[in-house]
Amino acid sequence: MPGNARAQLLLDLADDELILGWRDSEWTGIAPTLEEDVAFSSIAQNEIGHARALYELAAAELGTNADALAFDREPDEYRCAPLVELHLMDWAHTIARRYLYEEADRVRLDALKASDDVELAGLAAKIDREETYHRLHAEMWAGRLRDEPRFRDAVEELWPYALGVLAPEQRAELARRVGLEPVDAKERGSHTSELAELWNEMTEVRRSAPGATW
Amino acid sequence: MVTADAVWAALDEIPDPEIPVISLVDLGVVRDVAVDGDHVRIEFTPTFLGCPALEVMRRAMEQKVEELGGEPEVAVIQDDSWSTDRISPAGREKLREAGFAPPTPRAAGATTLLQLQSKAFRCPYCGSTETRLENIFGPTPCRSIRWCESCRQPFEQFKTI
Repeated sequence: MPGNARAQLLLDLADDELILGWRDSEWTGIAPTLEEDVAFSSIAQNEIGHARALYELAAAELGTNADALAFDREPDEYRCAPLVELHLMDWAHTIARRYLYEEADRVRLDALKASDDVELAGLAAKIDREETYHRLHAEMWAGRLRDEPRFRDAVEELWPYALGVLAPEQRAELARRVGLEPVDAKERGSHTSELAELWNEMTEVRRSAPGATW
Repeated sequence: MVTADAVWAALDEIPDPEIPVISLVDLGVVRDVAVDGDHVRIEFTPTFLGCPALEVMRRAMEQKVEELGGEPEVAVIQDDSWSTDRISPAGREKLREAGFAPPTPRAAGATTLLQLQSKAFRCPYCGSTETRLENIFGPTPCRSIRWCESCRQPFEQFKTI
């Protein structure tokens, strides 16, 4: 894989994990139960840890550092899929996103684990092992809400977004796993206005003191 | 002259920043120590990637090597080579004594909900296996919360990865 394509792929992955981690962290303190406050905080922390590891590989490729990649780009330079940036202050949508994202991420990680790129395959294997626990959480909730109309509607609404997390050739596998028909995907590469709002908040401290070390 | 044995012994004095009853060597995160003159290269395998203690561990290792008069190089190995199976038997015992149930062995496949709901998890306080899963997630990425039906108290269970 040429260097730029590799860095691009790493940024797709890292941006998804960072932005979803940020969105998941928005539930800290306001989830429906105390247990979910803990769960969402922990999942968010771990997703952001995955983002850091992926940014470090990308940074080595691009001659920069992980923090600069995470925080010093403009909103339209982020490579994340629209699914992860949606601001969803509704439990049915939040669980639908976690469930669909984890299923898509599993398809993607399985492919990366089999990659010839030893460094990326090794990191994917490590991430995958940790994601097991995120998947168990998502599966538990998806099972619990399966017959709830609001949850079913949310899954249907987010399905085109979930397909957009993956490369076109990986989408049939995702459709098979979740039992839905493929539709036109909400593709990576353009952003909702919600990303700019998130970015504004996420980078505020760093922009307030450029170059500061903490 | 720095020796590998001296470095291992020094690293064994570093407590885990979040569970200080266990050392980094007991935790199994030090994969290799190679000494070449004053240069000391440590291969370090992080536990959970989301663990905020990773940087603290890394700095503590560098400091120990400097105290021995060596020049440290800590190489962070981000692959699947660390597993909770690498926690030493002594480390597992220390965890249990401190009220953390040690991890079950890494099975061939990924952990399932069925496994987490099974009787494989023993209360670190009373030894009963009449325990149930309260939350897959806990105070740090590496821990779950369980409840012991026998002695009626919650405890922290190390996740298997």
